[in-house]
Amino acid sequence: MEGPGSFAAAAPGGAASGGAASHASVRTYVTGFVLSIILTGVPFGLVMSGALAAAIAIPVAIGLGIAQMIVHLVYFLHMNRESSRTWNMAALVFAVIIVSILVVGSLWIMAHMDANMMPGMMPAE
Amino acid sequence: MLGRLTLDAIPYDNPIVMGAVLFMVVCALAVVGGISHFRLWRPLWSEWLTSVDHKNIGIMYIVLAIVMLVRGFSDAIMMRAQQALASDGGAGYLPPQHFDQVFTAHGVIMIFFMAMPFVIGLMNLVVPLQIGARDVAFPYLNSMSLWLTTAGAVLVNLSLAVGNFARTGWLAYPPLSELHFSPDVGVDYYIWSLQISGVGTLLAAVNMITTILRLRAPGMTMMRVPIFTWTSLCSSMLIVAAFPILTATLAMLSLDRYLGMHFFTNAAGGNPMMYVNLIWAWGHPEVYILILPCFGIYSEVIATFSGKPLFGYTSMVYASVCITVLSFIVWLHHFFTMGSGADVNAFFGITTMIIAVPTGVKIFNWLFTMYRGRVRFTTPVLWTIGFMVTFTIGGMTGVLLAVPPADFVLHNSLFLVAHFHNAIIGGVVFGCMAGFNYWFPKATGFRLDERLGKISFWCWLVGFYLAFMPLYLLGLMGMTRRLDRVDNPVWHIYLVVAMVGAGIIFCGILAQLAQIFVSVRDRVALKDATGDPWNGRTLEWAVASPPPFYNFAETPVVRARDAFWQMKRLGIAHRELPAYHQIHMPRNTGAGFIVGGFAAVLGFALVWHIWWLAIGAFAGAIVTAIAHSFNENRDYHVPSELVALTEARYLQKRLQEA
Amino acid sequence: MSADIRLAGAAEAALLAEAEDAYEGVHDAAGTVTLGFWIYLMSDCVLFAALFASFAVLRDQSAGGPDAREIFRLPYVLVETACLLVSSFTYGMAMIAMDRNRGREMLGWIGLTLLLGAGFLSMEVHEFASLIREGAGPDRSGFLTAFFTLVGTHGLHVLSGMVWMAVLIAHVLRRGLTEANRTRLSCLSLFWHFLDIVWIGVFTVVYLIGVA
Repeated sequence: MEGPGSFAAAAPGGAASGGAASHASVRTYVTGFVLSIILTGVPFGLVMSGALAAAIAIPVAIGLGIAQMIVHLVYFLHMNRESSRTWNMAALVFAVIIVSILVVGSLWIMAHMDANMMPGMMPAE
Repeated sequence: MLGRLTLDAIPYDNPIVMGAVLFMVVCALAVVGGISHFRLWRPLWSEWLTSVDHKNIGIMYIVLAIVMLVRGFSDAIMMRAQQALASDGGAGYLPPQHFDQVFTAHGVIMIFFMAMPFVIGLMNLVVPLQIGARDVAFPYLNSMSLWLTTAGAVLVNLSLAVGNFARTGWLAYPPLSELHFSPDVGVDYYIWSLQISGVGTLLAAVNMITTILRLRAPGMTMMRVPIFTWTSLCSSMLIVAAFPILTATLAMLSLDRYLGMHFFTNAAGGNPMMYVNLIWAWGHPEVYILILPCFGIYSEVIATFSGKPLFGYTSMVYASVCITVLSFIVWLHHFFTMGSGADVNAFFGITTMIIAVPTGVKIFNWLFTMYRGRVRFTTPVLWTIGFMVTFTIGGMTGVLLAVPPADFVLHNSLFLVAHFHNAIIGGVVFGCMAGFNYWFPKATGFRLDERLGKISFWCWLVGFYLAFMPLYLLGLMGMTRRLDRVDNPVWHIYLVVAMVGAGIIFCGILAQLAQIFVSVRDRVALKDATGDPWNGRTLEWAVASPPPFYNFAETPVVRARDAFWQMKRLGIAHRELPAYHQIHMPRNTGAGFIVGGFAAVLGFALVWHIWWLAIGAFAGAIVTAIAHSFNENRDYHVPSELVALTEARYLQKRLQEA
Repeated sequence: MSADIRLAGAAEAALLAEAEDAYEGVHDAAGTVTLGFWIYLMSDCVLFAALFASFAVLRDQSAGGPDAREIFRLPYVLVETACLLVSSFTYGMAMIAMDRNRGREMLGWIGLTLLLGAGFLSMEVHEFASLIREGAGPDRSGFLTAFFTLVGTHGLHVLSGMVWMAVLIAHVLRRGLTEANRTRLSCLSLFWHFLDIVWIGVFTVVYLIGVA
């Protein structure tokens, strides 16, 4: 049991986090906006021009999409490692883990099931 | 004008249903009559229905759970009776169509409207007190959550009288639940009751998480949080992560049914397997949503009544967090037989076995907490010990089912039915009963009758084993679940024994109802003037029973894990403070109740395709919520004189008692 | 023993004062509300994840009907994307105006955001309507079912965000930039940026991968 002496004024929840945008500046938003334009334009350009084969274009588009999501999180939603937002960050990490498990797991399960369905023997639509 | 709704929707020709409806109507009339007779309408409205006090809301959740327990249990006893009667050449008394509704309703009610409200009710009642808070983070939202859950329960009960309930099993697998195979309103009742109560559950969990993360008393670091609060946090995180999957899945099913879409149909590229996949991605975490807070209850009970701090608090916390994450990577074990192949089955089989490890850690922690303690064998402790034995058996049969080849034999057999009842009754129901007996004095100010509590425990325990051990054997013999009749005379005797078991459980439920009745009658003799009837360890025992509406006159300062225990040791518990401050409290509001009412009407209108009513009810709910946002008069200050007076009265009573 | 208690009492009094200060600091209502709302958004994430997973499973099930390549027009989607992206930026500007206590300017930015949202939504409605007219409605095939549901759910979120904006404009006009209204605007900011992030997933997974 911890004695009274070990009571550090460790307040719960971290310090005040204030409003969501309290740390924002015009500059952050402009940076984020410009990066987003680039990260949107490039995959659209690649796919619309047909410059890359689908096998390459798809992973590139997914990669750039994830990059843009991170840009939005950092520059628009101000997700950072500030201690005041520990719980917001923890919730986000938890959500990302769950989302990945759900999407990857479902696709894995359904793909295996499809493969085992012996499509050649199924009646065609 | 009334969509699909006609007078034919009321099943006049079915005496069993009409009997049940009559019984419900009589009960409702008795309640209404009682309230009118004792002139309780005004206090009911102003102190309960509009209440935003977490304690009142918790109590109302639990009342809902107990009412629905009785409803769900009557389904259970009907099934047991039918199978016992219709296994020796007889036809039984339930036609197949009705039997299918009964087992569907039983599963839905017991999970969504009995276990969930019970667990959430206990969380609501206890968590703010344990962390030294005045209320939850969003009191008005809390009231709305309760009334949305209630709206769902109302819809389920309404399906008995108007129309019918789903005949699909509690998870409504397509293609059976698609419009083509279930054209009537049963599945629609299922969908909308779960959607509406699901929103309530989700909001309750958001509220609970925010409360625990933000409103802890000063000094209560995460590793000083009482274990029930910890498990409530884990369970709420699971709700936030899992319930949206249920919402999305049921929404897709309803799009198939209402707009002719093809998510889960057989034709036009739909994929019913995807439904099974998604519903279990919610369904497996759901069982941990229920069991984790119960683990917390057992921990509190065992530590309190052994007079020792919980053994291995840290490992308990980590085990809970492990279970929280692991519970999301085991869902395929519910459909090993669906055909994903050896790789996938092996992965999910192994993860399922791994999740038994943190659970095993917990069992040992409880055992070591009791070890060399002065255990007082009160009713909550009996439930806890009953749980430890029963749940271990359920866990072991679960690990057996986690072996894919064994599952291929046992899938959809009564072995499975016995297993999950073993885990859910032995884990969740016993936990809720332990918590009910443990915190009842805190909520009401008087203890429950011990003798009837023990009788009810023994009836439940014996009845449980008699009812479900035969089902294990029947499963091994090859009897599948959900059969309305069987023609194998060898199985008959097992089904009769199971029915006797269900009858003994029924005696247990009667004993509980009697326990509540007797305790209310003898409330003066059973009074708890101290606020701390069990010599408790956590902060909820530091205030009066029932606690004043503001909970704590001054926010307590926490300097140790068992905060109240330490205060008592240092002699600083129950002190009169030199001065009291005014307290900032939320005002009651009827908005949550009204939104819940609109939601119930919305569900009913959607079930019966009464579009104008659906649009009206939806608009009503939204406008109510928006209008409430314009209400600036939401809170007030309790004057310090009132606080001082209330506290002085309590301390004086304590002294008299001592 | 009694000395021990007195000591503890004195220590407690000091700690109480200190801890209460820290505690009051923590309990800023705005932080609590935004955290709660953020947790709700995380649950919305999972809801969309379920829809994305369903779309990915059903995307090749066109059942003899049109497939992605036939019905998606990327330039059109690019304009929709631009609407939403710019609206995220204008909302950000609104938040900065709010921080600088410029109520009128903030309302202007919010109004602009609302217009951009309306532009996005009307484009989406137009896309849906023309698809349904061409016989490529949501009841045509598993693929179209999943497409309409995923994109439509996002659209419904945008719609509710717009309703919310309208309500908040009313709130601000009525009471000004009170603490409560600032908190509400912050929550809506989280919501609006979050919808933009979901849209990144939509245009990547649905449109770009569909056409590539």
